[in-house]
Amino acid sequence: MRIAMIILYLVLAPLLGGLLDGIDRRISARMQRRVGPPILQPFYDVQKLFAKQRIVVTNSQTFLMITYLVLMVFTGCMFYSGADMLMCFFVLSTAGIFLYFAAVVTDSPYSYIGGQRELFQEMCCEPAVLLTGVGFYLLEDTFETAKIVQADRSAIVALPGFFAAFLFILTIKMRKSPFDESTSHHPHQELVKGVTTELGASNLALFQITEWYENILMLSVIALFIINKNPWSIPAAILVVLAAYFLEILIDNTSARMKSGKMLELSWAVTIAAAGVNLLILILVR
Amino acid sequence: MGKVKRSPWLLHYDASSCNGCDIEVLACMTPVYDVERFGVVNTADPMQADILLVTGGVNSQSAEVVKQLYDQMARPKVVVAVGICACTGGVFKDCYNINGGVDTVIPVDVYVPGCAARPESIIDGVVKAVQIFQERSDAHDKYVKEHGESERNLNDPDAAAREGNPADFFDAITKTSEGSRNKEAEKK
Repeated sequence: MRIAMIILYLVLAPLLGGLLDGIDRRISARMQRRVGPPILQPFYDVQKLFAKQRIVVTNSQTFLMITYLVLMVFTGCMFYSGADMLMCFFVLSTAGIFLYFAAVVTDSPYSYIGGQRELFQEMCCEPAVLLTGVGFYLLEDTFETAKIVQADRSAIVALPGFFAAFLFILTIKMRKSPFDESTSHHPHQELVKGVTTELGASNLALFQITEWYENILMLSVIALFIINKNPWSIPAAILVVLAAYFLEILIDNTSARMKSGKMLELSWAVTIAAAGVNLLILILVR
Repeated sequence: MGKVKRSPWLLHYDASSCNGCDIEVLACMTPVYDVERFGVVNTADPMQADILLVTGGVNSQSAEVVKQLYDQMARPKVVVAVGICACTGGVFKDCYNINGGVDTVIPVDVYVPGCAARPESIIDGVVKAVQIFQERSDAHDKYVKEHGESERNLNDPDAAAREGNPADFFDAITKTSEGSRNKEAEKK
């Protein structure tokens, strides 16, 4: 079962991630009263990037990007094999560090500042991500995702604050406006392409694929709040995930970028107010 | 590999344009013209771009920049000169500070005339450029199949020399520069 889940994640995550990306671009275009690119556009892009001549600024970039991808895939595999959730989040942060290295190993100031902001974004997300793990532990007495999905009722009933906090930092994790500090999916930002400025051709394709794996992993955590031992909770979880993704697209298209200081204040405030209060109640009720 | 023509990413550079053509280039992205429906992305990064779109004539200050941007783009790449100034120098042709069109610095593949170039003709030019991009990509695939993958390090000054000039791959480029020379002869 575990191996089947891992293989399913390995194969389906980039497909679904790319498809969601394509739908995202299409819906964004429709929100702006444009026709928009084909749904499969992200796959065409990645295919083209692999077809181009490999271009680097330093040779270590390729190695760092491959490590970033491998660690991200590894995190997802751990999550889907039902392993310790907290451990997943630690490996996830490690993966992020390799993206930072890939950005600062170049001499480009744009890439460097993008890397710094990537770390800053990690800092904004981390409390909410770790508290999510703690919340699940207090509720189910386990960090293991395999046991969490076998719970009697959905975790969101007892953990609405954690859910809200995680939904908030999802925008930061997906690098969507108003929190697209380190790199933007849209052109014309002050940092050229931020953390991805010096990634060309196949390295950019690796970044893109890693982002798909990461998005699917993040949405899976959202789903974990819904899924319980009742099989009907799975379609419900898919609906909630799609709704969350739509919400992200809506926020992306209706908000301007925030200053990084404001991002830190807001994300920590929401984490403390929502997840923190939920945590206190959970401890008192126990 | 496959059909790369579905995903042409543009890099737009203003060499010395009056912003007339630049506004029209940006107009292509708006809901009215929406070039993103062809998969076009307006990227600001030469390392990620496939098609270099230059507006305005080249002067001594922008010549180096145009050259560098072209150099930083990964193969296969295509150049489009947008507007009459980028094509020939336009009304500024005889000015003391203007070198002339973009083809005085880098090989240009598609010329889009007009002052300012209409969004319709810019899209037309980009569609032509996309066809050339596909041809070059096929040539690049062939080259990679015969000679193996070539990795280029932008910080390595000898890299360009070691890469060599695969004749079949540069065929298209040579043809275009010949074309531009012929065009200049016609002008005279």
